[in-house]
Amino acid sequence: MADAVRAKKPQTIHPLFVRVTHWVNAFAIFVMALSGWRIYNASPLFGFEFPPDFTLGGWLAGALAWHFAAMWLLALNGMAYLAYGLVSGHFRKNFMPISFKRALDDVILASRGRLDHAPGRYNAVQRLLYVAVILAVIVAILSGLAIWKPVQFQGLTALMGGYETARLVHFFAMAAIVGFLVIHIGLAIGVKGVLAPMFTGRAEASR
Amino acid sequence: MKPSRLSAFRPQIARLERRLFLKQGLSLGALSLLSGCTLKDDDAVDRLLTAMSRFNDKMQAALFDPAKLAPTYSEADVTTPFPFNAYYEEKDVPLVDGESYRLQLSGLIADKRPWSLEELCAMPQSSQITRLVCVEGWSAIGKWRGVAFRHFLEKIGADLSARYVGFKCADKYYSSIDMPSALHPQTLLALDFTDAKYGYPLRLRIPTKLGFKNPKFIGEIFVTNDYPGGYWEDKGYNWFSGS
Repeated sequence: MADAVRAKKPQTIHPLFVRVTHWVNAFAIFVMALSGWRIYNASPLFGFEFPPDFTLGGWLAGALAWHFAAMWLLALNGMAYLAYGLVSGHFRKNFMPISFKRALDDVILASRGRLDHAPGRYNAVQRLLYVAVILAVIVAILSGLAIWKPVQFQGLTALMGGYETARLVHFFAMAAIVGFLVIHIGLAIGVKGVLAPMFTGRAEASR
Repeated sequence: MKPSRLSAFRPQIARLERRLFLKQGLSLGALSLLSGCTLKDDDAVDRLLTAMSRFNDKMQAALFDPAKLAPTYSEADVTTPFPFNAYYEEKDVPLVDGESYRLQLSGLIADKRPWSLEELCAMPQSSQITRLVCVEGWSAIGKWRGVAFRHFLEKIGADLSARYVGFKCADKYYSSIDMPSALHPQTLLALDFTDAKYGYPLRLRIPTKLGFKNPKFIGEIFVTNDYPGGYWEDKGYNWFSGS
């Protein structure tokens, strides 16, 4: 009986704090990635450049201005999110346990179209990927600081393997984040009914 | 060392002569991606980004530790050949005659007597092997030898409580740095050149800042409390640009 009532009533599956920090983060990551690509183009690490039309800033100084403005948004919002996640129990409740085996099982289930969808509960793949992308953002921020301040933060730069290696770390952290986003955005659009709750917080009544 | 592999930059430089550095801050592609947001109003965006850059100047000044030394390297680490970099091509470097050269001094300086190269070379010299980091991202390790800038500023009776030290160069480049960075123990007036193209007869070597804050072919040094800007700084690069 109680279950039936709950099923009809929309339940909050994404707390307001998570939704706000999610979208602020989405904007910050968007700016950081697109301006970062323009900065990369000024001195490419590999044998390719990002298409200028998919970058932000117009030229190097503009890209740097965006990058060094949005970095504050990314870092402050990220710290608020981490603090919330740790204090509220959001991480413990929703991310733990992390299991590669269960993630693999869920991928197999999903590929057969049999992965169960419970609104408000992350499956094992989500748990693994969300923790992984949080770590990737942390690595991106730390390697970014190592590149930005190789004298003032020289201990951090040394930890990243020196200035030139820190550039590579920064690049691959970006690549990991963008790789995550391809999957994340793909699923958010592809799986029915998961995008709206990220704005409203409410799951649609289960069918 | 000024930013840009020039060939890649020339079109932008031409466009940016207007100095409206972020007027075109959004490329068309990015703009189309952002359509729906209010970011089409680039004036507001320009103002916001400029304000953030000034904020970052302050944050970097606060972060700057006057006692923290840039890492040093061994002779074997030196990048050879050292990359030539300027806002113009190598064939356009100014030729300065060392014999008739006089370093001009102005602003908040007690003794503004011009200096000959011989006098500068007669001062105590020190050398360093440090990493030069370009605003573009690449870096190179170089060896520089010359006069400790702090020692020189003290010698000429510069007002060490002033905010800025500015530089005017024979290649029409100009730049400025904050006084605390000018007084950093590794900030050098470099006098030793393997090739004149690297800034003969006088360049600033400041390993606590990005490459473009290391002006070459210096003809005049001035001390001031009025923000002097710089060639790239006026086009939109962050002024402090500390490392």
